[in-house]
Amino acid sequence: MEPIKVLTKNVGKPNSASIDTYIAGGGYESLKKALKSTPDELVQLVKDSEMRGRGGAGFPTGMKWSFLPKDSPKPRYLLCNADESEPGTFKDRVIIEHDPHLLIEGMIISAFAIKSCPMSYIYIRGEFYHGAMVLNGALEEARAKGFLGKNILGSGFDLDITVHRGAGAYICGEEMGLIESIEGHRGQPRVKPPFPAVVGVFGSPTIVNNVETLSCVPLIVEHGAEWFKSFGQPKNTGPKLYCVSGHVKKPGVYEFPMGVNLKELLYEHCGGITDDLPLKAVIPGGGSAPMLLPSEIDIAMNFDALMKAGTMFGSAGIIVMNSSTCIVDATWRMAKFFAHESCGQCTPCREGTNWMETILDRIERGGGRPQDADLLFDMTDNIGGKSLCALGDAACGPVASAVKKFRDEFIYHIDHKSCLPGTKRYRRLDMAVGAH
Amino acid sequence: MAHLQPDSPYAAERYADTAKTVEFSPEAKAKFDALLERYPTKEAALLPSLHLAQEEFGWVSPEVMMYLSGLLEIEPAKVFGVVTFYNMYNQKPVGKHHVQVCTNLSCMIRNAYDIYDRCLEKLGLHPGETTKDGRITVTEVECLGSCGTAPVVQINNDYHENASVESIDKLLDTLK
Repeated sequence: MEPIKVLTKNVGKPNSASIDTYIAGGGYESLKKALKSTPDELVQLVKDSEMRGRGGAGFPTGMKWSFLPKDSPKPRYLLCNADESEPGTFKDRVIIEHDPHLLIEGMIISAFAIKSCPMSYIYIRGEFYHGAMVLNGALEEARAKGFLGKNILGSGFDLDITVHRGAGAYICGEEMGLIESIEGHRGQPRVKPPFPAVVGVFGSPTIVNNVETLSCVPLIVEHGAEWFKSFGQPKNTGPKLYCVSGHVKKPGVYEFPMGVNLKELLYEHCGGITDDLPLKAVIPGGGSAPMLLPSEIDIAMNFDALMKAGTMFGSAGIIVMNSSTCIVDATWRMAKFFAHESCGQCTPCREGTNWMETILDRIERGGGRPQDADLLFDMTDNIGGKSLCALGDAACGPVASAVKKFRDEFIYHIDHKSCLPGTKRYRRLDMAVGAH
Repeated sequence: MAHLQPDSPYAAERYADTAKTVEFSPEAKAKFDALLERYPTKEAALLPSLHLAQEEFGWVSPEVMMYLSGLLEIEPAKVFGVVTFYNMYNQKPVGKHHVQVCTNLSCMIRNAYDIYDRCLEKLGLHPGETTKDGRITVTEVECLGSCGTAPVVQINNDYHENASVESIDKLLDTLK
């Protein structure tokens, strides 16, 4: 499969973030076309495209939009999730920094399609300060050209967009956490139901969509649903950005039709494994996805194939580890992340993630107990599915898969109080890591 | 309450000194007023107001929390709750240059801990500490969303991508 340049067609052009470059490439034509059709037609068009949300869960976008109650007197909100905090994921940043108008056009069309109120928000993670500045500049340009504001292009539709910066909390990428955070609260997810489409931000019906999802909308409007479906496989349609990081020679963001073969991606397009060492494990869908063994990577990178393989497509954040990696250390690092990012609301997640980190750390330090591998596996069963949001489940993904697939290495580590020969840990145990 | 650790929520350092008051400069106040226009509730402006206050005052002191609580008409305890929930609000003064080293998996397997250790050793700091001259603070942070150019070090608002021990070593010398 050859790489494509659809979502990334403007990336790499000089001044790619400016509105002039965007318009010269045919930008904002989709908006003009969309404003001439009705909101219902647009929702149907996105449904027909069979696009699934690019944020991680893979829920069909058109169906999500159609869940908005028809008779609610309350205003409707469209929120863009640009929190991009899943370890191994860095695709939205490319769009935000290099083609912000694609996102903005997508948001205007989507807001029109869901009959949004005149204010929409982009929730961008606080660390993306530069990205937020690029977006603010782009929004100013769009206002000056009349693509935002009152009566957009004479359609009678009003919309403005506000960039809302987060402040360093992974949980705010969860839609209910994001909603709480926009309202000015701690980002602790709410109980579902009611779902955001019914009661979301400021008590109003709300749609939360990922940056890449919204950026696909102008393309669907321009070329049609059939064109969109010509990329990928049934129910896994469209162009897709893949983020590859870790032990590959050419890490970065790659665009392919949905369903590129993982092995082909790593060995043909990313130049193979660092230091030409054998591959050890791949996390295919961001830090919360269960790991794949080298024998399992001859697989199509899409939602359904990866789910069938017992892992998940998630945000398509592919983290590659070569044979020099101590798997206990790598698993500890993921567990540490989730322990740090648990919002503290649900006991199984708050306590469980910390215990998993502690146990993995003691194995790494040579203090592992014979039953620890089983204990870890058992714990994942006691955390997963027992918290309000998916963070608890996410924390179990890497741990459960590592213990299951690399059990011998865990046992070796516990018995010999050291890493498996030929593998290494990447931190010095005498440094006081972890205190932040 | 002198026996309490400074990071305890009940420690004296956590309380606003009523003799000290803070106030936005006219420019910051204008930005704050513009923020309020963007949200249907005053409370929703809390996160952006805290960012603004941190830019203005360098860190979010108890006095700043009291000040924002008054401006936004929300309880001080709620402001405190929000400040302590999010990573990016500094609850104590930080150095002029805040060096934040990502050590998450993609960065770690590209030797981010060597960079982090080098920063601490070179400056003689423990994690989260600031040099005596108030120049540099070093902290370890979670994934910065720049894994394709790992390892990454964020200094204030800027990302330094494809970092190495040598490049950060040189960079530290240039931070005045």
